[in-house]
Amino acid sequence: MSDAPDTHSGDHGGELALPEPIADPGLPAHTWRPTDVDPAKEKRAERQVAGLFALSALSTIAFVVAYFTLDVGDNWHVVAGFGASTMALGLTLGLALLFIGVGIIHWARKLMADHEIIEMRHPARSTDEDREAAVDALNTGLAESGIGRRPLIRNSLLGAVGLLGVPTVVMLRDLGPLPGDKLYHTIWGRGGETITRDGQQVTLPKMRISRDAIGTPILASDLEIGDLVNAQPEVLYNPERYEVDPTEVEGVHLQVHKSKASLILLRMDPRDIKPGKAKDGSSRENWSVDGIVAYSKICTHVGCPISLNERTTHHLLCPCHQSTFDLADSGKVVFGPAGRPLPQLPLEVDEEGYLVAQSDFDEPVGPSFWERDYYER
Amino acid sequence: MSVDVSKVATTNGSEPATPTKGAQRAGTIATWADERLGLGTAMKKNIRKVFPDHWSFMLGEIALWSFVVLLLTGVFLTLWFDPSMTEVQYDGSYDPLRGVHMSSAMASTLEISFDVRGGLLMRQMHHWAAMIFIAAMMIHLLRVYFTGAFRKPRELNWVIGCLLLLLGTIEGFTGYSLPDDLLSGTGVRAADGFMKASPVIGTYMSFFLFGGEFPGDTIIPRFYAMHILLIPGLLLALIAAHMLLLVYHKHTQWPGPGRTEQNVVGYPMLPVYAAKAGGFFFIVFGMIALMGGLFSMNPVWKYGPYDPSKVTAGSQPDWYMGWPDGLLRIIPAWETHIWGVTLSWNVMIPILVMPPLMLMVLIALPFLESWITGDKREHHLLQRPRNAPTRTAIMVALMTFYGLSWAAGGNDIIAIKMHLSINQITYFLRAAVFIGPVIAFIITRRWCISLQRHDAEKLLHGYESGVLVRSPEGGYAEKHLPLPLEKAYTLTARDHDPEPEKVEQIEASGLEGRKLRVRRLRARLQALFFADNVQKPTVEELHEAQHHAEHELHELESQIAAGPNRHGPADH
Repeated sequence: MSDAPDTHSGDHGGELALPEPIADPGLPAHTWRPTDVDPAKEKRAERQVAGLFALSALSTIAFVVAYFTLDVGDNWHVVAGFGASTMALGLTLGLALLFIGVGIIHWARKLMADHEIIEMRHPARSTDEDREAAVDALNTGLAESGIGRRPLIRNSLLGAVGLLGVPTVVMLRDLGPLPGDKLYHTIWGRGGETITRDGQQVTLPKMRISRDAIGTPILASDLEIGDLVNAQPEVLYNPERYEVDPTEVEGVHLQVHKSKASLILLRMDPRDIKPGKAKDGSSRENWSVDGIVAYSKICTHVGCPISLNERTTHHLLCPCHQSTFDLADSGKVVFGPAGRPLPQLPLEVDEEGYLVAQSDFDEPVGPSFWERDYYER
Repeated sequence: MSVDVSKVATTNGSEPATPTKGAQRAGTIATWADERLGLGTAMKKNIRKVFPDHWSFMLGEIALWSFVVLLLTGVFLTLWFDPSMTEVQYDGSYDPLRGVHMSSAMASTLEISFDVRGGLLMRQMHHWAAMIFIAAMMIHLLRVYFTGAFRKPRELNWVIGCLLLLLGTIEGFTGYSLPDDLLSGTGVRAADGFMKASPVIGTYMSFFLFGGEFPGDTIIPRFYAMHILLIPGLLLALIAAHMLLLVYHKHTQWPGPGRTEQNVVGYPMLPVYAAKAGGFFFIVFGMIALMGGLFSMNPVWKYGPYDPSKVTAGSQPDWYMGWPDGLLRIIPAWETHIWGVTLSWNVMIPILVMPPLMLMVLIALPFLESWITGDKREHHLLQRPRNAPTRTAIMVALMTFYGLSWAAGGNDIIAIKMHLSINQITYFLRAAVFIGPVIAFIITRRWCISLQRHDAEKLLHGYESGVLVRSPEGGYAEKHLPLPLEKAYTLTARDHDPEPEKVEQIEASGLEGRKLRVRRLRARLQALFFADNVQKPTVEELHEAQHHAEHELHELESQIAAGPNRHGPADH
């Protein structure tokens, strides 16, 4: 029993146990409570406990009454903003439970015997005899199975069971499709695409830029300097114009498109814009229209939609992790954790004066991923 | 209390002289059950099992009971919640959102909130209980750590506890994501960014989890399966193991008269402990019900359904996810593009590295400490935090790191509420997360040692009585009185720290290579671990001090007797 808790030797720097400076005076004598010695007080405590249980019962009844009498619905602003039903139910249920809890604990503290009792501890380990017996039993069992003498059986079993891990992994394959090139494109690229209709090559119109939510296309002349507009590709509101099946821009498809195509449109003084370089090395000079620039709304950090505009500086702040981008300077990161500038969408106007995208973004939008730069190759 | 107890029985129990009908029937049922289950043997040992009493032992109980509340309220919610991302047009009672397209998950959450009586109460109780569950686990963990309750033989229970905290956090995240509202959807969007930042397999992880491109239409049903089946199952199993080990090891106790390493002193399971713990369940449940009824929690109808193009200012995860989010905010914009691949350190370090690292550090703490101190004995008596200054300081340093990271998670709120620059807060916190823990470590360690000195002072020179005495020369002195025996014993009921191993001895012992280096490192760490700790007085020191104190007291008293305010014969 080298591990017994009472030894002070152990593996403890070989230190010898010093004598205790003060000997253990032992458990203090038990003190009696008023309820132990005074029958009147005992009776009173008994009544208190029963009274608490009775209050609980009353609260439960009040709960049932509240359940059937108070309305739910959007009247939740009734009663100091809590909603009459929710508040009454919570209050009565809470009190019903609390009264029981307080009653039981009051009972334990005042009326149940309060003598502390002593139990001896035992080391967590098993005794040496038990250990030996366990090892013997294990060895006997293993010997009888012959697993040590028959490596062929052992190894083939291990191999077979191990291989069962493969189906477990393989079965997860259909959790989702492979990424493919989906992250490299957005639906902005649908504008200006050449498709085959009835055996004829047709070029689709360039993708107009629409106001988010209402879906109306935007005229370049609609925007004043300093205006910021949340925008989406027009195809999400007018799929026929781009020869897209309406079901392709509904429900989950709509959400997926929005998660990549969402756009911030900002008009600033054209002299403020410092045109940078595109991915192919050409200048971004012609990517803006009269000081109107368009950037991806999806943060390059972890993908929150960016929304807070600082009008005087053309800085755009992400409310999630405060990455700040300079929209006058190619969406450069001026502060915060984002590692890359916001992708810019090249703009022009169509014959009717509406803002359209020249093409898709020239790089993937949104958060970084491992194989992101393969796009450039 | 001076009361006449001569006529009092030693217990309050009273037995009827003849068994009643009910008792006879209970006996018959018990016999029937025992003949099939053999309950008698198990119950014999455990019905009067002793549990020591201390307020801090209640913290784990809060976690346990709030988990029970989570199970109860959660089952209620499943009766209405529809974990589907099928788009529907909302048509319920909440006027501002009527006609809005949203997922069935969001619509059914609104139904629970506005069209099911008690539904909002249960939703809010469920969410409050989750917050309390995780908070209670954390505070319980701190209690266990600061009092040394994690030491042998309880290290594995510490590990189980750490895993419970991890699972509780994941359970919380999957849970609050289920309503598919704008706020939680923003969190899921960030989680998608985290996955994509993982090297090599990032995009595959994202596409597999979301069933295609984010946001897809499978994430809510998949989170639902994890949230109501997989993780609660693991939590239940681990909680069961946690409790079984607690019963097997018996609870730790504070040292004191009659309370030793060999015994456990307290109240029996039946009746007192069962009543207190059972009653406490109702109190926890009741408090959560009151909070659910009175305090608004996660009003998803104010955020609206998830839309990847929208976000609200001040978007934050639930509080227990706040610290990695804070690190994510203050990390510099580090991203490497090399050999055609992208390494997003700005996401990997705060999210993929730090939380698992913190968990591993947490799990390793008991093993690290026992390796450094060389202490392999069983411990059942708790230690006051001051009596293990380095241990206490390590946790305070970790807490400081956690707290600063957590504050960083609210840097936008701090900037707005306190009219500070968000840039300056961020720059400050970038430095503070490194410097703060070091300062906290040093202060805590010295503070603990000061408290140890104070304890030694009280033991050797008595406590300050508050009685000031002026000597005939005009000097002032405070009368110190010896501590009551029980208090003095309790202060000395702790271990002597061992003498650290001497580095020279190890070098002379003939060890070589790696073994030598490891032993030397251990000896150095041991010396640092125990450095400057104040040991309890030896028998001789105590005797001498007592003798001295008696003499001093005697002198003071004779001064009082002879002093001018005494009007004794000396005055005349």
